[in-house]
Parts: sequence; C-alpha cells; structure tokens
Amino acid sequence: MKFSFSEEQQEFRTNLRRFLADRSPTKEVRRLMETEAGWEPEAWRKLNAELGLTAVRIPEAYGGQGFGFGEQCIVLEEMGRALLCAPYFATTVLAAGAILNGGTEADKKALLPGIADGDVVATLASTEDGGAWDAAATTLTATKSGAGYRLNGHKSFVLDGHTADTIIVLGRAPGSAGDAGLSFFVVSGDASGLSRRPLKTMDLTRKLARLTFDDVEATLLGTEGAAAGPFARTMVEASVCLANEMVGGAERLREDALAYARLRVQFGRQIASFQTMKHKHADMLLEVEMAKSAAYYAAAALDDGDADVAAMASLAKAGASDTYIQTAIHAIQIHGGIGFTWDNDTHLWFKRAKSSEVLFGDAHYHREQMMRHWEIAA
Amino acid sequence: MTEVTEESVRAECRAWLEANWDPNLGLVEWRNKLVDSGWGAPHWPSAWHGRDLPQGLVPVVEEEFKRIGAVGVAKVGIRVLAAATILVHGSDYQKEKFLRRSLTGEDAWCQLFSEPGSGSDAAGAVTRADLKGNQWVINGQKVWTSGAQKADYGLLLARTDWDVPKHAGLSFFILDMHQPGVVVQPLKQMNGHATFNQVFITDAVVPPEYLMGRVGQGWAVTTTTLMHERRGSDALRSWAVGSDKPGRAYEEERKEIEISLAPYKWYPNRTGRVDLIVQRAKETGTINDPVTRQEIAKLMIMAKSAEWTARRARTAQEQGRPQGPEGSLGKLAASHIARAAARVHTMMTGAGALLTAEDGPLNGTIAEILVSTPATSIAGGTDEIQRNIIAERVLEMPKEPSVDTGKPFRDVPRNKVD
Repeated sequence: MKFSFSEEQQEFRTNLRRFLADRSPTKEVRRLMETEAGWEPEAWRKLNAELGLTAVRIPEAYGGQGFGFGEQCIVLEEMGRALLCAPYFATTVLAAGAILNGGTEADKKALLPGIADGDVVATLASTEDGGAWDAAATTLTATKSGAGYRLNGHKSFVLDGHTADTIIVLGRAPGSAGDAGLSFFVVSGDASGLSRRPLKTMDLTRKLARLTFDDVEATLLGTEGAAAGPFARTMVEASVCLANEMVGGAERLREDALAYARLRVQFGRQIASFQTMKHKHADMLLEVEMAKSAAYYAAAALDDGDADVAAMASLAKAGASDTYIQTAIHAIQIHGGIGFTWDNDTHLWFKRAKSSEVLFGDAHYHREQMMRHWEIAA
Repeated sequence: MTEVTEESVRAECRAWLEANWDPNLGLVEWRNKLVDSGWGAPHWPSAWHGRDLPQGLVPVVEEEFKRIGAVGVAKVGIRVLAAATILVHGSDYQKEKFLRRSLTGEDAWCQLFSEPGSGSDAAGAVTRADLKGNQWVINGQKVWTSGAQKADYGLLLARTDWDVPKHAGLSFFILDMHQPGVVVQPLKQMNGHATFNQVFITDAVVPPEYLMGRVGQGWAVTTTTLMHERRGSDALRSWAVGSDKPGRAYEEERKEIEISLAPYKWYPNRTGRVDLIVQRAKETGTINDPVTRQEIAKLMIMAKSAEWTARRARTAQEQGRPQGPEGSLGKLAASHIARAAARVHTMMTGAGALLTAEDGPLNGTIAEILVSTPATSIAGGTDEIQRNIIAERVLEMPKEPSVDTGKPFRDVPRNKVD
C-alpha cells in the first residue's frame, strides 16, 4: 500500500480526524501545554480507551490489534494535525518499538499488554547531553548487581521522561565503546536514585526531560550487549513515524493559511486573489504533497520489509523536516503581524515543526544517512 | 447488448489478433484492418472506428497487443491530438475525411496556437481569418510549431471577430499546410537544436467545411486539444520504442517513430538527467565530498517524492477514485528537479562544465543538460501559469481581477509584432 490507502484505512482516518478535532481543539492544546506534565492521565486514558490507539501496532499475542505501520502512521498523521498533547509517540513508537525490536519473548509478554491497554505510559531514554541520536555516543553505564543491574549516568531530551511509568534505558557495559556492549534496561519511573527534571522546551506541546541515574536498579531487556541493532531499527521506525506525524501538521498549517488568505481583505480584495499569494500556496501544496508521498512510502516500506527501508526512512524524515518548517514559515508570513502573536495558533505548529525538524536528526543528518544506506545497498 | 467484462474483451481481442495479425503486412494495410475492426481505438465510438469500450478496459486491449507483438495505430505526433479534437468537435464530413487517416498514420498534423505575441495567453491570438466570398482567408504568424515541416494539416486558432471580448472572437480551423501561403521555418533554440518551427501564413485559404465548431467557438475547441495535450504530456517520457523484430509492419513503424522523434533527441536532457547523477558522482569522485552529497541527496529526495506523488495520483485514477491535488503537481515538480539536477551536474563537473560537444564530459551530454533545462519550466505552460492553475483550480483561490475579459479585443493592449 505504498501509493494508496484501503477503504477501511480511509474510514479510520476520517473518524479519527473528527474525533481529534472534537477532543483536541487548540483551546485544549493550549491548556495542556501550559501544564508541567503536558498531558492529563484521565483525559488521555479515556480518549485511548475509546479508540484503542496504543494497541494499534502491538501484535495480538501481546494484547494489541496487530496492525502495521500503515495504520500507526495514520494515527500519528492525525495526531500531528490536531497537535494532540499525549504521551503516544514516546509510549507506542519509542518504548514499544524498542521492546518489540530488542526484547525477549518474556519481555514482550511482561511489558506490551500494559502499553496496549493504555495503562502504562512508557518512553525510551537514549540521547544524552551531547544530543547525538546514535547509540555509539552512549556513556550511561550499567553494572551487574545480583540478578539485576545498577545504572549510573544521565539521559536527556527524553520524550515524556518526567511522566513515564516505565523507562527503557540505553546503557553500556563499563569499559565498552562504540556499538559494542550496549544493552536496553527497564527502569520504573519511581525507582530510587532516579531524578527527573522537566526541561524548558521551545515546543510546549512536546515535553522533554533530563534524567539522572544514581545507582538505579534496572532489569535487562533482551540480550546483554546486543542493543545496537534493535536501537538502530527503532530509530528507523521513529523517523518514519515522526515524518508521518509531521506531514499531518504541515497540511494543517497549509489549510489554515489558505483559509486565512481567503478571509483577509486588503486593498479591497481577498489577499488570496493576489498572484504572489496564489504562487506561494501552489508551492506549499507541492511541497506538502511530496513530503506526504515520501512519508507514506516509508511507512509501507516498513510493513513490506523492504531492504532499503533505512534509506527510505531518512529520505522521508529529511523531506518532512524541510517541508514542515518551510510550510510553517510561509504560514506565519501569510498571516502577517497577527501570525507573530501568541494568541494566533500558527506558532503552536511552527514550534512543533521546529522541534520535529531537530528530533532524531535534522535534514542534513538524514540526507547523509540516506546516502550511506544507499551506498551500502549499491 | 451483452455486458462487456475484462474477460470477454480479452478473449475477443485475442481471438481477433490471432486471426488477423501478420507482421509482414504493410503498416497502412494493417492499420486499416485495425480501424475496420475497432481494435485500433477501442474506446472510440463504434460509429467512428472504435468499440465503445470503457477507458478502464483499454489496458486489457493494450496487453493483448503486447502479448502477440502486434503494431497499433499511429500514436506519435500531433495527429493524436487532432483526432481527439475532431472526435469531440468535428463535423461528420471532418470525421469521415480525417479520423481514419490519422489512425493509419497517413496524415501528419501540427498545432497552430502559439504566436509571437501570445504564449501563455493563447486566447490573445491575432492571426486573422476573414471570410472572403465563400472562403476563409488567413493571415498571421504562428510559433513553437512542432512537426510543421512534415505536417499535412494544421489545427489553427484564428481571430474572426475583433469587436467582441478575446475568447469570443476566436474560431478553429483545419489548415491545409500544402499551399503557397504557408511557409515553415525552423526555429533555432538556445541549445542549438531546432525542434520547433515558425509558420508564416499569408493569404492562405481555408474552405468553409474546414471550420471546426461554429464561428466564435474556437476557444472551446482549443481547450479540448490542450486538455488532451496535458493529459498526454507524461507520455513524452515514455515515448514509443518500436519493436526490433523483423517484419514489414515493424520496419515501417520503426521508421515512422524515428522520423517523428528525430527533432526531440535532446528532450531527455531537459529533465536534468537525474539518472546520471550517481554514476557521475562516482566517476568524478565527488561522491566523497560532503557538500555535494547533501545536494545529491536533496535532488534524490525531490525526484523520488515527485515520482511517488505521481504514482499516488495514478493509483487513485486506476481505482476510479477522484484524484487528489497530487495530480496537478507533476509539471511544477519536474521544473524544480530539472533545475536542481543542472546545479548538481555543474557542481560535480567543475571546469568540464565549460566545454561542449566532443570536448565536454559524456560527449557533450552534460553541456546539453545545462543549456536545455530552462525549457522544462516554460514549455507546455510556464511554472507561473502552472501555479495559477493549481491555485485557482485545485485550491479554488479567487481569480485576479481581469483587465481584458470584458472589453472588445480591439481595445485590449497587446504586443507589437514587427
């Protein structure tokens, strides 16, 4: 399904769009983004219970619905459009992704049903103060202690890290380097020795935290020393999922800017009737549609198990990064002065565009990644 | 009427082809059989050489032709647009006289719309058609006319009334190109090729039965031709390649294609030749340069995303769903890609980009890319017009206030042409 959606998928999207428009109007986004948590357990659990969104891509064997990335990316595109404030990405893309890619059968049975039910909010803590998105830069150490491990070090830029119930942590064996010696660990959000500080984020709709680990008790997830591959795979999936979330936001910005251009009158005409405005909107449409095509293609490539999926993921993320922020810049410009005010909603998506551009690697990073994956494939 | 299904069409077409296809027939003789049977243009009306087949079943027929290796009706050149236009707007006389010979390839056509003074604004044509006695007398100049030197007939847009607004004063004619008042001159382009022509028309004569549609309806007829041109413009990229099999029909088709395509040898290079990028990056060693790698990646992302956007549009069409906005974007995307590709080729080639022909890299291909890509954002509707179309038709943005639509054409400011 690289170039079209099935009837069922389109119906799913239509219902979801209506539902999120109702539950996540910008008034609600603004209320939640001003809170430290960034989301509300009761509201999120209720919304999730009605639609079962956290279960979408979790296999039926672990209490999920067993759909593919195609469906999960529809959910993300619609959430990106509505700017939904919820720990969905951290829980289902990052944490569940790491568990599915790196966990043992026992790990999956233990951890995934809670996520599928929506009872457990989880995240993945991999990046550190240096801001590198790859595993090799990991410095947090894990030392064997009895049946478990003790973690020491820090993590940063952790999505919903201050509110997650369960944290999957990427750590390394003392003395190891590069991709060797890396393992995933499971840490409880209230573990002793773990301190969590919400970071002041430019994008208030996507909360990040810095975590410090002072001899924190942890259990191993998957095979010791073998997390580099599963982590890389999780980042490929995260890039594709984020690209789909991003094109949802970009399209919303484009449509809102078009609606405003029709509404706004200057020099006795709708500004939408000026050729310069029409050309800008035609360019925006082209860019957004191309980014959508790449995001959809990459999601289908994940489901199809394509050999070049890593290159396609970077292609989609690089395309979405450039397009989302450019669309946001155009959208602010089209609104003029009002677009630069706090009361106008455009900046909410502008900031999400900026945070998404950088998260998991910007366009330059992913263009280089794409070239490397291509050369390997060639 | 029995219901037509994919299976019934396939079986019937296969049986007919197996009974009739013979590669040793002359091309025109074979095509006349195709025309008689209706399998040459199966989606056309059965009254006019077709079988009333729904458009969705045409690929089935094409598959059967491919399977047996049969040559189809003439598909290259403006004759396809001429036939499509005549089918919609032509009189029975015109259909009788021209349709069969366009399908057999016996008649060649050209399109006489653009003028030196009216490019994007084709409805601003000032070539005049004046009724003198029983004949239309034509005077004016046309430009960007492909195939004019070999054309038997031209689709002519001319002004018949100067006292009404511009669209209302136009009429559409079939011009016999073989007459003394029609002079064709090749037009040399900035890349040295001459794909198109200028056509000078002085007191050329058109009989009344060659008027298509009614007087003053010329713009509606032109719109039909242009619509088919846009729809077919993708086909330029996958133009007919004749079979290399032996047999008289194959040989004659190969020759027909070769003659038709000869002026377009440079065409692939106007796209920027993204297909050469990786090979060139490796040859030149620039594949290891981080700045070049970024530019290559940007170009590849654009090219792939545009390709997939076109696939989305095509898939929607195949599934019988309305195309989304993605259907109108291909031409604009192609311009961006061509420009970006020319930039990357220049980066990778360095000093070699100063040279052309046999002194230039790839025997002049790189040089030809660099001087041919400007065509992409102009030919077949400039980027600016394309953006207007997207904005007004797809996004339904309001039209700009017009300064010419309500006025008699006589009073509309226009270019001075010497």
